[in-house]
Parts: sequence; C-alpha cells; structure tokens
Amino acid sequence: MSSTTEQAQRGGINVARLLMSFGPLMFLALLIVVFTVLKPSFIDPINIFNIMRQISITGLIALGMTFVILTAGIDLSVGSLLAFCGMVAAVVAKGGTANTLSLSTSGTQGYGWFAALLAAVVVGALAGGVQGFAITRLKVPPFVVTLGGLTVFRGLTLTISNGGPISGFDASMRWFGTGLIGPVPVPAIIFAAAAILCHIVLRYTRYGRAVYAVGGNAEAARLSGLRVDRILISVYVIVGFFAGLAAFVLSARLNSSEAVAGIGYELTVISAVVIGGTSLFGGIGSVGGTVVGAALIGVLQNGLQFNNVSSYTQSIVIGLILILAVAFDRWLKSRVRR
Amino acid sequence: MPAEALEPSQSPALLVVEGVTKRFAGVTALSDVSLEVRPGEILGLLGENGAGKSTLLKILSGVMPPSSGRIVFDGVEFAPHNPQDAKRLGIVTIYQELSLIPTLTVAENIFIGRAPLGPLGLVSWRKMEEDSRAIIARVGLDLDPETPVSALSVAEQQLVEIARALSLESRLIIMDEPTSALTESEVQKLMSIMDRLRKDGVAIMFVTHRLEEASAICDRMTVLRDGRLAGHLDRDGGPIKLPRIIEKMVGRAASELYARPTQRDVAGDVRLSVRGLRTVRDPQAPHAIVLEGVDLDLKAGEILGVAGLVGSGRTELARAIFGADRIAAGTITLDGKPIAPETPADAIRLGIGLVPEDRKHQAIFATLGILTNFSIAALGRYSNAAGFMTERREREALASYRKTLSIRMASPEQPIEGLSGGNQQKVILARWLARDPKVLIVDEPTRGVDVGAKAEVHQILVQLAERGIAIMMISSELPEVLAVSDRIVTMRRGRITGEMPGIEATEEKLMELMALDQKQEATP
Repeated sequence: MSSTTEQAQRGGINVARLLMSFGPLMFLALLIVVFTVLKPSFIDPINIFNIMRQISITGLIALGMTFVILTAGIDLSVGSLLAFCGMVAAVVAKGGTANTLSLSTSGTQGYGWFAALLAAVVVGALAGGVQGFAITRLKVPPFVVTLGGLTVFRGLTLTISNGGPISGFDASMRWFGTGLIGPVPVPAIIFAAAAILCHIVLRYTRYGRAVYAVGGNAEAARLSGLRVDRILISVYVIVGFFAGLAAFVLSARLNSSEAVAGIGYELTVISAVVIGGTSLFGGIGSVGGTVVGAALIGVLQNGLQFNNVSSYTQSIVIGLILILAVAFDRWLKSRVRR
Repeated sequence: MPAEALEPSQSPALLVVEGVTKRFAGVTALSDVSLEVRPGEILGLLGENGAGKSTLLKILSGVMPPSSGRIVFDGVEFAPHNPQDAKRLGIVTIYQELSLIPTLTVAENIFIGRAPLGPLGLVSWRKMEEDSRAIIARVGLDLDPETPVSALSVAEQQLVEIARALSLESRLIIMDEPTSALTESEVQKLMSIMDRLRKDGVAIMFVTHRLEEASAICDRMTVLRDGRLAGHLDRDGGPIKLPRIIEKMVGRAASELYARPTQRDVAGDVRLSVRGLRTVRDPQAPHAIVLEGVDLDLKAGEILGVAGLVGSGRTELARAIFGADRIAAGTITLDGKPIAPETPADAIRLGIGLVPEDRKHQAIFATLGILTNFSIAALGRYSNAAGFMTERREREALASYRKTLSIRMASPEQPIEGLSGGNQQKVILARWLARDPKVLIVDEPTRGVDVGAKAEVHQILVQLAERGIAIMMISSELPEVLAVSDRIVTMRRGRITGEMPGIEATEEKLMELMALDQKQEATP
C-alpha cells in the first residue's frame, strides 16, 4: 500500500517539477510566436540581437540575484550599486570626474578599460560583502540591509559625480557595450558566458550544493557542518560583482556613467529571477530559469514596443505576469506538498 | 449512563467519553477508549508517547472527529466542528505551545474577538482593563492587564490562558503538559491554582508525563497504552502511588515490536568522555533546560541509550557535544584528546555526527533531491580539489547505501520530502555514514517513523555499533531504549539520574529513575 502511494507521489512531483522548470520556457516560446504572428519582423535576427543586448544588463545582475534568492535572501541595492560601480569605472577610466565627451582614443589620462572593469567589479563585490556582513553578523534582515544600501549607494554615486554624468570613454572600452562579434552584440556574449559559468557553479560544484542547502534549510545546513554565514556573505559578494560587471557594460554602451542609472533595476532583476521559477523562500531555482525569466521580460518589453503599446501599459503587463508567475509557483508547490 | 463502571461519585459526570475509536489510513491510533470527568475534579490522563493521549485531546478540542464512539458533554451530544466550536461548547484546551498573541496586551488577549463595547460601538478600554483585572485575579495573577504578553514568563502566560478559559465560562479545562516548561516553584503555584479551580467546581483534565505531579494533584487517573484504555486509578484515601501508575502505563511484556537483541560483547575503549558538562543559561529564555553537570562515557562499538522525558536535558546534551549550543563548563574528550567544538562544523571534522530529533526542521532539505540530502555533510569527499562535485562517486555511494540500508526511493533526484519518514531517516543516517564517524548521536531516531521501519532503523544502529562506531541514542520511547541499548543512562532536569546495563533494565526501573526528583538527589 505504501509503495503505491509513494509512486503516486512521485508521479505528482515529477509532473509538477517538469512544469516548474519548463513552464516559463513554454510561456516564452508562446510569446515569441504571438509577437511574430502580430508582426513577422519581430523574429528578424536584428531584433533578436537587439533584445539580447537589452536584457544583458539586468540579466547579468539577475544571475547574481539568483544566488541570493536561492538562499532565501534578497538584494534591493543592485540598481544603486550599479550606478555607483559605473561611476567608479568612469573615474578610473578617465582618471578623474571631468565630464568631457572627447572621443579621441588617446590623450586621456585614465587607466584604461581593464582598470575600469576591475575597479567596478571589486567595488561591487566589496559593497556586497559589507552588506552580507551586516546581514549575518548584525542579524539585520537582508531586506532592510539592502534597502539601506539602496539609498547609501545612490548617495555615494551622487557625491562622487556631483549629480551629473561622467561621459566619453575611449573606443576600447566602448567596444564592450557596442561592439559585435560576428553579428552578436558583445554584451550578449558576456551575459551568455556569465550565465554558463553561473550554471556550472550552481549545478556542478561543492559551493553550488551548499548554496541550495543553506536556502533549503539553514538550520539543517548548520547542523550538517556548513559555514552558513560565509556562504550567505558570498552570495552578496557575487551579486555585487555582477552589479559591477553590468555597470561597466552599461557605461560602455552609453559612453557615459549616469548618476541616475539603474533606478528601479532591482525590481526588473528580481522579477526575472522569480518569473524564472526561483523561489523567494530559497532552495529552489536555477540559472536556466533566470535566463528564461530575463528573456521573457525582454521579449515582452520589446514585443509590446514593437506593437506600439505604450510603456505605461508595458508596466502593467509585466507586473501582472510577475504575480501570475509566483501564483503559479505557489500553486505547484501546494500540489507537491499534498 | 455508564457511571457504575467507574467509582461512584456525588456529582454526575460532566464529560463522558464512551468507546471512542480513531483510525487513520490503516492505523488505529485510539481504540475503544472510555473515560469520565466530573465537575470539581482533576482527572489525570497518562500514557507513554504514542499511547494515544494527543489523539484523544485533538478529538476533545474539536481538531478532528472520532471514527466511532460517543462523547457527551453536560448531558448533550458533543460533536464540535472545529476548535472554536469546542470552546463555545465549554471545553478549552491549553496546549504546550501557548496560543496567546505576544504583541498584544494581557487584556487584549483575554478579550480577543469579544472586546467590550461602549455606547458608540467603540471598544471600551476602561471596562476591558477592569474586567481583565478581575479575571486574572481568579488565577492569582497580580499584574497590569496592559502588559504585553511577550513580557510574561511562560508560567504567567499559562495562567493568562487559564484565566481566559475561565472568562469564557469553560467548565472543562484540558491542560496538555502544562508543567513541562515551568520551574519547580511555578509548578507549585500552578498546582495550587488548579486546586482552587477544583474547589470552584471546574473540571480539569491534566495530561502529563510527570508522574509525581499527577500523583500529587489528581483525584483520579485514566491511563492509556498503545491507543487503548489501560485502566482507571482512584485516589484511595491518599495520593495515587507511582508504582500503581507505572504498572498500568507499562503493563505489557517488553513488547512484540522490539525484539531484544542478544547481549553483544562490547569491549571497546572509551571513545567519548564528558565530565562536568554545563550549558549556558540564556537570559532570553530563562526557562530553557540547561545541563547541570553531566558525566558520561561512551565506548567504541557501544550503543548507549539515553532515556529521559521531554525537558530532561537529553537533547541539550547532544547539542552541547555537537557544538550546536554553547558550553559553560566541563570537558569533552574524544579518544583521550580534549576537544572543544564551537560549531557543528568543528564537531563533524572531529568525527562526530548528529541525527537531530526534529527531522523536518533540523535534518532534511525538504525541496532538494535525495542526492544532495545524502552528501551535504561530506561534500569534501565527493568533490575534487577544484571544488567540482565528483557526481559519479557520489551516486555510487548513495546507491550502495540505498542497498545496505534498503532505502526505498525513486531516483537520486527525487525531493526527499516525497519519502516516508523511515526512508528519510535512513537517508540522514547515510549522510553521516558517508563520513565514517567515530561517534554518532541519534536523537529520537524513530520519531515519525512507522512501525516496520522502526525495527529496520534499530537494526542499522546495531550494525553500525558492530562496525565500531560509538552510538549515543536518545529516546523517549522506553521499549526502543530497551531494544537496542547495551547500556542505559537516565536523565532528568539536566542531570544523569542513573545508569544500568541494558540487559538488566526494565521499563519500571527506568521510569523510576527518569521520574526521580531533584530533591531526592544529592545537590552539589
């Protein structure tokens, strides 16, 4: 008797699991089909690459956010941190805060793109580390710490830049935002490479297992010998690193670091992760899901724009999709738990 | 009425339970149980874990209906649809986990959902405060009704709950293990209030593990065993004596479920030695159990049973050794070397494993696959220097434990929450075996595990001991302790109260030692 009920449970779980991992993907495919039917030029490679470029910035941060949310945490500071890291990158690239739009490839006193990139990711990672420390050692909930971070990093950004943008980078730096390899935009390649790396880390390494375990049950993780605090700090370092990387790419693309960059990005990023099936309660989710989630938002935005739907309406649609995605997630879980 | 079946009494019964049976999918949790409670008396409801006390309580408090049988309360058929219903009909149950809302005041809690209203239909705070004061005075509480409940001790909160029950005009108050979180003096106070309520004509059903307390206050007792009525006991001039209770509670030959293993030869060296172990009293939780100086030796290849009731300090002992709780004083040595694990990670590295008592919250990662649940404590063993999992080895190891421990599962990816309790527990055991521990502490290894799998878990423990692992098994199920232990120690209130070889132990002997009061011990 018990074996048949177990079998029934297994079947239920497998169907639900399948839906959980492929639901967003099927929805994405459906959207692409619908938009293509509405306007066949939607599927043109040019537009597709355009979408890929568009999603790469928030997508990069969403990769880091996946780690955070897998531990049942949240990081609301990523938009501000992106602006801050962008400003740091600009200062390093230009050797100061002068706002000159000189497009000359030489003659600037900066330290070059590599130093700018390094500065952005290091500052991002450090900022994440500080927040992680506050979360684990001061026992302040992630929501509160990163909400504070949201205003702190924005304030720091405005302080450095005195409110204005820092613009005009050399061509080697701009390539990371605007360049192409073959037909593919460089930001899309960076995003794809980062996604593959994150997938490998979460799926195939000891560290990845630990992240899932801490999110699945922090107390059990501690009693299994995991250094829970260290793992928690590390995920905020990772999301900070990606905010820095995204900041570099964004600055390169716009040829400018804006003090008001990234406002509201945290919401797009969290939406992408959650729509991708990662549970806000931790322990469930995947990089693949996040990529699909980011693509889903990108396709939706682009497709609606393509069909002349106003950005106001886009907002409404994306918000509703987010709620539906989570409702679906909860419903699946209630089925699994039965 | 079946009153003649029981001791004749001056007043007719308030609650009559007649032939109540409760079945769950194939399992009979309660079988043909009858009892009576009369106004102005305290009835003790006793029984070991799993005897059916909580099932009966759930039925009486309206959480679930009986499968068959009849309940009459105050002369009327009693069939509540839910706990609110039961309360309205006059039966209030006070559980171990208190149900007050900590952020609200005492007065607000007492009048929750029925605040007295003033002329404009607004809450009359003044009346609420005055009435609350009178209500809590009935249970001997003298505190400001405006105090938030979170500022009260557990004992005071309990009294507030009782007061609330009285204000609802409850005629029967059921108390589920009310003394388990109280200090000695708080217990005395609660007893005197129970006594006062009895004189006021309130009927009380006192559900407890603590035999002396039951003996001191109960007028009559109903004892359950294995879901059946083991018998009724009456005060016979004096208090009901402990041996009479124990006899009714145990009442059976060692049990068919647990075959005693033949005495094994345990000649191992001392693996783990604990001396004078004390834990820190947390000022935030002044009622939590602390260890008051525990001495213990655990030999290689031995199963040491630790018997004790809830709140005896047995789990705290396990956690202290495992580095999960802070140690205030005392030494721990492992293979002769002093150790001082500050975190579970330290203890695990030293070769100690812990299967915790609360599997759901402390052991399993419910949503994760069996593979991760299995390997999580031994990630280092199943990964290479670069940090990548060597999944093939990991899967092979799981497959081999699946065979040796006969874990019934669909696939390594299956979420562990889909397994039965017994199979989950086997995965947790495999988790520690993967580390080859020197010492394995198992806390309530068969809680929530069905009968068939229990015996399997016991066999596994014996096999592990035969491989030389030193096993400390904590359990509140005495037949289990008797079934697998080579040696048994008993605990009460953070101390060891006795020790004997497994072969000499009986439930009666152990229960006496577990119930042994602090006053009877030499106090240092």
